[in-house]
Amino acid sequence: MNNANGPTGLERFINGILPENPTYRQVLGMCPTLAVTAGMAPAMTMAGAVMFVLICANIMISIIRPLLKPHLRILVFTLTIAAFVTLADRFLAAYMYEMSKQLGPYVPLIIVNCIIICRCEVCASKQSVRAAAADALGQSFGFALGLASIATVREILGSGCWFGLRVLPDAWPGWVVMILPPGAFLTLGLLMGAVNWIAQARKASPA
Amino acid sequence: MDYVTSLILIAVSTALINNVVLHYFVGICPFIGVSREVGMAVGMGAAVTFVTVVAAALSWVLTYYIMAPGAPLTSWVWTLIHPGSQAVVDLSVLSYVVYIFVIAASVQLVEMYVRKFFPALYKAFGVFLPLITTNCVILFVCLEIMKHVSGATGPAFWTLDKALVYAFFAGVGFAVAILIMAGLREELDHCDVPAPLKGPGITLIIAGILALAFLGFTGVDKSLADLLR
Repeated sequence: MNNANGPTGLERFINGILPENPTYRQVLGMCPTLAVTAGMAPAMTMAGAVMFVLICANIMISIIRPLLKPHLRILVFTLTIAAFVTLADRFLAAYMYEMSKQLGPYVPLIIVNCIIICRCEVCASKQSVRAAAADALGQSFGFALGLASIATVREILGSGCWFGLRVLPDAWPGWVVMILPPGAFLTLGLLMGAVNWIAQARKASPA
Repeated sequence: MDYVTSLILIAVSTALINNVVLHYFVGICPFIGVSREVGMAVGMGAAVTFVTVVAAALSWVLTYYIMAPGAPLTSWVWTLIHPGSQAVVDLSVLSYVVYIFVIAASVQLVEMYVRKFFPALYKAFGVFLPLITTNCVILFVCLEIMKHVSGATGPAFWTLDKALVYAFFAGVGFAVAILIMAGLREELDHCDVPAPLKGPGITLIIAGILALAFLGFTGVDKSLADLLR
């Protein structure tokens, strides 16, 4: 942990969960956030895949950071990420075939997920392996939190289930619009407004 | 007539009914980030369309001739090494890496072209032009083409012309969505948006209402197909 220059590993980890949450604070990685959050199961599978790719890519980029040339670095980032996404995609297709079919093209789209490229650029290409790994872990937990919040709202309001288990009474009609694209946009927009409101309220009333 | 019908159906379906931004959720980051002014939105839409067509053409050629199961070039090279072999060579595990290479190369090509022939536009774009590499739309289009070229069970085979029509109208769909959003956001400057929702929040809510509107196009492709038959 480098205490002298910059935040410690633990601070980076906690930073990624709420203060610099990739979904609500940095507004990155919107594509999977809207696409796979129709239910909790695909959302958590996507969070797991992104966690794997983000941690591996951060560690790999941090290891090869002395070799990075400035004008080629984005290409190197994307190639590394593409290799790990291929691994994750083939693993999902082999061991979780139904979920892989449900997630469809959004697993390979992790390659161009802004979160991973941003963390590689901002953190992994400049920091030690430990710092990069801690940062990746924190950011992926933050991303999982963002996905879980939206998926919970959409699934419960849309079908009355959570993780496939019925939580609302059968009389609930099920707002189908929440499962469809408009529901995704509206949920994310309103939740983002709620998070901003809470953040503003906390800033306005320091202890 | 059947050929033109199928092309029209692909075009309308991609640009309007299954709009890449409002139905498939790709290209959201530039959709939120670059949709402030109509001028920037037009430029971004045109650039993305251009890069998508170039990248799609290259991807189709590489997938069909090299990476698809039983592709001509790889089978020929394989029979050079193992004469008389009946094995089906399948290099599709390399697809993602190859596509991202192709997209980076296409963006570089377009960057050089724009810098040479439209220098003012190049300066206006700034950092956004190389950032098109991380635009989900282009990779999504390449993946769709891969689905229709690899001969997987289900999707019909797309020749190069159908793939290019698909790519062009995917870019057009993106441009339409981002243009509508830019026009709306320019009007929003005169409105009283609540502070927590300023920026991405209100953009997403508007996108949700737009997605609701575009939902009304569902089923148009089937009716069009019946009409043109």
